[in-house]
Amino acid sequence: MTTQARSGQPYTARSRRAAGVPGGADGSAATTGGGSPLRKPRRFADNKVAYLFMAPWFVGLVVLTAGPLMGSLYLSFTRFNLLQPPRWVGLANYVSLLTDDPRFWQSLKVTLIYVALTVPLQLSFALGVAVLLNRRVRGIAWYRSVYYLPSLLGGSVAIAVVWSQLFGGDGVVNTLLGLVGIDGISWISNPSTALYTLVLLNIWQFGSPMVIFLAGLKQIPQDLYDAAAVDGASPWRRFTSVTLPMLTPIIFFNVVLQIIQAFQAFTPAYVISNGTGGPSDSTLFYTLYLYQQGFSNLSMGYASAMAWILLIIIGFFTLANFVLARRWVYYEDR
Amino acid sequence: MTQMAVPIQNQTLPGASEAPTHLVRGKRRWVIHLVLLLGSIVMVYPLIWMVGGSFKEDRSIFSELNPFPSSLDLRNYVSGWNATTPTFTQFYLNSTIIALFAVIGNVVACTLTAYAFARLDFRLKRLWFALMLGSIMLPAHALLIPQYVVYFNLGWVNTYLPLIVPKFLATDAFFIFLMVQFIRTIPRTLDEAAMIDGCGKIRIFTKILLPLMGPALVTTVIFTFIWTYNDFFSQLIYLTSPYAETVPVALRRFVDATGTSSYGQLLAMSALSLVPTFVVFLVAQKRIVDGIATTGLKG
Repeated sequence: MTTQARSGQPYTARSRRAAGVPGGADGSAATTGGGSPLRKPRRFADNKVAYLFMAPWFVGLVVLTAGPLMGSLYLSFTRFNLLQPPRWVGLANYVSLLTDDPRFWQSLKVTLIYVALTVPLQLSFALGVAVLLNRRVRGIAWYRSVYYLPSLLGGSVAIAVVWSQLFGGDGVVNTLLGLVGIDGISWISNPSTALYTLVLLNIWQFGSPMVIFLAGLKQIPQDLYDAAAVDGASPWRRFTSVTLPMLTPIIFFNVVLQIIQAFQAFTPAYVISNGTGGPSDSTLFYTLYLYQQGFSNLSMGYASAMAWILLIIIGFFTLANFVLARRWVYYEDR
Repeated sequence: MTQMAVPIQNQTLPGASEAPTHLVRGKRRWVIHLVLLLGSIVMVYPLIWMVGGSFKEDRSIFSELNPFPSSLDLRNYVSGWNATTPTFTQFYLNSTIIALFAVIGNVVACTLTAYAFARLDFRLKRLWFALMLGSIMLPAHALLIPQYVVYFNLGWVNTYLPLIVPKFLATDAFFIFLMVQFIRTIPRTLDEAAMIDGCGKIRIFTKILLPLMGPALVTTVIFTFIWTYNDFFSQLIYLTSPYAETVPVALRRFVDATGTSSYGQLLAMSALSLVPTFVVFLVAQKRIVDGIATTGLKG
């Protein structure tokens, strides 16, 4: 990055002069320009070739990202069913979402509970197991694979299918509980427990933050631990005073990422509830309700308003994370 | 932002502990092994239960706690495969075609864009780079409905196109970022040497950088494949006719169709649907773990 960063100002005068020298279109003949042969002859010397390389991305940015982003903002102020042209209704969608739609609030509640439970629990597991695995004992690579595998497979439809069998009325979980004399219920079809089976499903997938933590643990200099040991710090004290502070940038990174992802959870709830969000809307994730409104009811204006509310919520949490980070994230180089 | 996205630099820092921190001996080692082993059983039990159940008869799937089947009876696989119209042959074909083109699209489009960001000098670069990073964080739902409207009006619903074309336009900006980071680790002196030898920017890209980008390209291939193959939401939306369905969508419909009967077939098709991801995991385990560790990819 450094070469590019300084390519502008300091060399402008020189490059103006050099611009008169005939050179290849891409500056390859700059060797004739005197001075260092490798200095760029002009500012933004690569404009043409760069925009050529980036052409696909630009088309995508305009047609598939920026355009649709504005499009969904516009649609959120309309009534639109895909077949007839959208009709402007002002703030009506937002007003009825916020004041007149109990299922919207239910979906928000379900999602917030899900985020509030899965993010801290999943990350605690990930960190705990990473610390356990960060030692020199035989078979660590094997354990790491085993613990990681669920996070690779867990988001799939197949695992959601398995989950609904495991936690069904006559599923394995109840068989196990039966062994210790507890008469289990059907966890999946009970409104007060269904959401927690999904929380558990997400915690089970702690493998990818765990791998990130493991990489972070290996970066902590051994001298810090040695120094702490010399000072007589107990293992727990070494964890809280060395490991945790040194890991805060990585914890922060994982928190930001997991929150964004947890807000968008969809597949397991859809599969387990057959797309209904049931029983009694207890697994009606925000994105599932958005899907129902947009693609079952074809209320695409309404669904767009929901999408923008989600965007604002996620934006708020991400921003809050960055602001709060100043209080607790420790960067060694500052 | 950049700081956040790459908390870990590529390789171990000097002075950092190369090997794990504690030498563990004696009794404590056995305690650790015991804990890790019990944990492993909990972690893989659902998978073993699924695979075991797929070989069992329906009535013994739920009555037996032992996940291991008494024999390797493939009947569930054969009847499950053929239980739907069209059969799973069609669904795997659809999934394969989509994943294949998604991989090609991502590799081509993201590499080109990444080269420009990492090595070329052009107007508004910082702005575009910031927008690119921002688009990684953007929730897909914010773009969903207008995109659907466009594809619907183009007549692309129930074709592969809505799932493939965006990849050729580098919409998976994450991989651009990954490759920019990788290209920055390649010494610029190589570019400069090539420049002196008369290479233009395009030849520097094709002759110098591209051959050195192997690891980043492999990571892109692996994760594009896994994400595309496992993707459910967009396939659910765009593929509604049975002949266009992919494996995850078909599996979901299979749950409805078989209802409360034939759990064996359901588990067999579920287990089978995980095989491609699992094989990729076995083959490319190290690359996957490194990819996650250095960039925070979602596994």
